[in-house]
Amino acid sequence: MEFDLTNDQKMLQNEVRKFAASELGPVAPDLDTSGEFPWDNLKKMAEMGLLGIIIPEEYGGAGFDFVSLAIAIEEISRVCATTGVIVAVNNSLVGYPIMQFGNDAQKKKYLPLLASGKKIGAFGLTEPNAGSDVAAIETTARLDGDHYILNGTKRFITNAGEAGVFIVFAYTNKELKHKGISAFVVERDTPGFSFGKHEDLMGIRATANCELIFEDAKIPKENILGEENAGFKICMNTLDVSRIDIGAQAVGIAQGALDEALKYSKERRAFGQPICNFEMVQSMLAEMATMTQAARLLVYYAGYCKDKGMKRFSRESAMSKYFATTIAVDVARMAVQIHGGYGYTKDYPIERIYRDAKILELYEGTSEIQKIVIARDLLK
Amino acid sequence: MDIIVCIKRVPQTAEADVKIDASKKDIIKDRLTFDMNEADTYALEEAILFKEKFGGTLTVVSLGGVEAEDTLRIALAKGADHAIRIKAEEFGELDGYKTAAIIREAIKDTKHDIIFTGCMATDDAYSQVGVILAELLGIPHATLVTKIDMKNDKLHAYRELEGGLLEHLEITLPALCTIQTGINEPRYASLLAIRRAAKKELTVVGKAEIAGENIMSHSVLDELYVPPVGKRAEMLTGSMDEITAKLGSIVKEKGLL
Repeated sequence: MEFDLTNDQKMLQNEVRKFAASELGPVAPDLDTSGEFPWDNLKKMAEMGLLGIIIPEEYGGAGFDFVSLAIAIEEISRVCATTGVIVAVNNSLVGYPIMQFGNDAQKKKYLPLLASGKKIGAFGLTEPNAGSDVAAIETTARLDGDHYILNGTKRFITNAGEAGVFIVFAYTNKELKHKGISAFVVERDTPGFSFGKHEDLMGIRATANCELIFEDAKIPKENILGEENAGFKICMNTLDVSRIDIGAQAVGIAQGALDEALKYSKERRAFGQPICNFEMVQSMLAEMATMTQAARLLVYYAGYCKDKGMKRFSRESAMSKYFATTIAVDVARMAVQIHGGYGYTKDYPIERIYRDAKILELYEGTSEIQKIVIARDLLK
Repeated sequence: MDIIVCIKRVPQTAEADVKIDASKKDIIKDRLTFDMNEADTYALEEAILFKEKFGGTLTVVSLGGVEAEDTLRIALAKGADHAIRIKAEEFGELDGYKTAAIIREAIKDTKHDIIFTGCMATDDAYSQVGVILAELLGIPHATLVTKIDMKNDKLHAYRELEGGLLEHLEITLPALCTIQTGINEPRYASLLAIRRAAKKELTVVGKAEIAGENIMSHSVLDELYVPPVGKRAEMLTGSMDEITAKLGSIVKEKGLL
């Protein structure tokens, strides 16, 4: 058993950590206040190769593995959770399914656009009446000559307001129930495709979270991703991978909260000494550090399972997402507690981190859904 | 243009709690993070810009332990062509002179038109290696360089002096420059370059390859210690002008100016 990172992973970790601290951290508070999509961040990250970490070199990506992707997302999220999720979606919710299920023409067309940041990706699955219950989506796709005609609405789509490439799921055959869903690659300027409500979120506020509206939208039939009616499998396989990255985002958020709490506890004095001398504060710090490290190892292990080529790793991926996201919310809560009253003000970054953390338990499969995935795998 | 850059891996102590170890000649390094010396990052960037402008090859050299290979690989990822690690573990205690002399042994037969070093290492702050290396190689040097250029086969180096003065030197190659911090914006290594650099071969040399075994340090470290905490502090209050005036008079009074 080898716990050390490889040389290239260590180099990636150090370089991304320095980059994130210098370039992303200082602008994170403004992004939270303004809610503006961080195009400046994305341009710098594209130059470094962070928008196509797992995309193969032949398509302009950096060709790294999934553990490396998790490391990079953790380092980015440690200082800016919003930028972390944008990178996660671009790589694993959009780049990955095209890599895995796309044909040569689709890979050649879309992967270089995503890797270079010329287009950002978004994943159109959730609908107003279908979140956890994926099979309850109502968007339909009807083949008409050389096009699929899409009708329906998607809600709470990360990156949507600024994205150029969308993976969209729709029913091509309702009679087959969830086995009648197909996946499509949809471009921004498709006739009949527009955008609706821009969400005003509690946290990760600069993610251009938006509604997608399809009104007889004409998608070229060659833009179907994989086989017709294979969309549910594509969706589940993609989420197995992307959940590792939300786990990584959670580890980053937890580590960022711990960093802030450690720093504050050494500076703040009460009863004549720094509060880090008090056992109750030390108890919280110890719990926070232990939970963060345990989450990190679960996330790395899930990434390792994917890199090793394990055909089924839903349990490992769901465990990493469930555990890391749960502890991240708890670590952020304890970090606010250590900050005391100051943690409740915008003078310190911890209140933003606390608000950013909550979404982790909700998106890409709620914690309850993760537990169902784990339990079903245990009971097979 | 054949360029050599000397780089050093140092502990990051700016925001760390630094404690002296039992030998009283070093700090406890267990929980510290390490990185390329700050001034060396500017030296490396200047060398890469030079290479991009004038062509040629860029070799990075580091006298360090095996961990220094990660630092050398980052330099390769940023744009260096070759990397040499000199095995510090084979040469015992090092001062500025011995470091420069060993590096000289390692590179004396490597073609070089220009050598860059950082102006100072943040761990020992000696600022000696670049200057001594130039003298041992018998080449001219300029220190604390803030800008360089080539014109008519001569190196033009610019230095900032006190009082806002700028000094402009014209130097015949080969030459060495010690580079001031802040003169450029060091680039980040791209992920693709990192992946490629991780697989590249480094040249590693030690006692078997270079004649450095009998080089002696010219100075010996006696003790490293944290100065005792002062007993008195005076808080200066008032407007910015008032504070500045008070500060100026205290400095003069204490004979520091």
